[in-house]
Amino acid sequence: MSEVEEGRRDFLKCMAWAGTGALFAFNGGIGSSIGLDQALAAPLRRTTATPFTFVQLSDSHIGFNKPPNADARATFREAIAKVKALPVQPDFIIHTGDVSQLSRDEEFDDAEQMLKATGLPVFFVPGEHDMLDPDGGKAFLNRFGKGSKGAGWYSFDHKGVHFVALVNVADLKPGGMGNLGAEQLKWLAADLAGRPSSTPIVVFAHIPLWTVYADWGWGTDDAAEALKLLARFGSVTVLNGHIHQITQKVEGRIAFHTARSTAFPQPAPGTAPSPGPLKVPAEQLHSMLGITDAMFVRGHDRIALIDSTLSA
Amino acid sequence: MTRAFKILTFQTSVLLAGILMMSVVADMAKAAPAPPAAAVTIGNFTFKAPVVTVRPGTTVTWTNGDDIPHTVVSKDGVFRSKVLDTGDRFSFTFAKAGQFGYFCSLHPHMTGTIIVKA
Repeated sequence: MSEVEEGRRDFLKCMAWAGTGALFAFNGGIGSSIGLDQALAAPLRRTTATPFTFVQLSDSHIGFNKPPNADARATFREAIAKVKALPVQPDFIIHTGDVSQLSRDEEFDDAEQMLKATGLPVFFVPGEHDMLDPDGGKAFLNRFGKGSKGAGWYSFDHKGVHFVALVNVADLKPGGMGNLGAEQLKWLAADLAGRPSSTPIVVFAHIPLWTVYADWGWGTDDAAEALKLLARFGSVTVLNGHIHQITQKVEGRIAFHTARSTAFPQPAPGTAPSPGPLKVPAEQLHSMLGITDAMFVRGHDRIALIDSTLSA
Repeated sequence: MTRAFKILTFQTSVLLAGILMMSVVADMAKAAPAPPAAAVTIGNFTFKAPVVTVRPGTTVTWTNGDDIPHTVVSKDGVFRSKVLDTGDRFSFTFAKAGQFGYFCSLHPHMTGTIIVKA
């Protein structure tokens, strides 16, 4: 449960105790009723956003062809078919990296062609598998990163929501985890400066922006500096990939979520000697791959995330 | 008769030259034993021998045994492999003494050190 919901519940409990004023106060607008607590007030203020949905795809690893998935192209195609079959078509797709297995042109090209079939705009961030060309990520950026800055970061606005695409797979340091770097953090500070705290923010990056499991490098060394810049906003949703399984947590007003891969699952943190493809039986594979449908509903503080598997 | 002798002499000299060459090759082999080599296997997202000590002139070969690609990148820019897919190898010959830290640029929590000592 989010802090905001907890806050609302506490408030209602408090008002129930106080008597008949509860309903009035509730209808009168929680935002102003608990206005003294600005921390809670911000997310409850109605935003100018209109309802829409978008879809997150992640870790398609086009070119992967080992157990448990002999053809990551086929499962990516199934994921795209699932997007096309959604009752409400999303406004766009975000791909949170590891588009390819080895940054090969034919892998990028196949991914691009398959995504084109949706007829939807697609916004990308690279994963570490997309940085493997001799020029360290140029092949990915030339194709999927037009107009981006640095190693591929950028932002855009959609129906009142501010989207920020971050890159934490470039120039990684020995012994470290994911890394954003000083230049990108400086850009982020400037990008967020001047935006009202009531603007809903969606941040997406490949490696989780919180430490899921340090022993496997499942985190971002300087994420705290980015989160500090995001802390004043009433609604922040952080969407990541990399670990090929769903994990989520809420910290303050920031909701974190990682998506399934469309290629292969990985073990839960610490349950295997190392990360890597979890070699599940063929009949189980599709239940461990999937997509994430994100819904933004007007007036609600959080984006609703619905994960569905390829077998569903 | 003279001609036959000459042919015989020619054949003998070819034979002698051959024997001589073989012995030279044998001597060379004795004088220069196989260059020193060491191997590091990559498995379960680790360099299986995280610290390896070798003599100068040793060629170290890394082999990726994982289902996921890795790289072998010197911390100080001394060497850098291309991406190593499953079964791919990378070799580097350490001519000078020193300590050479390295890591996987994809999974930087994977680190190792080659110590070169005379």
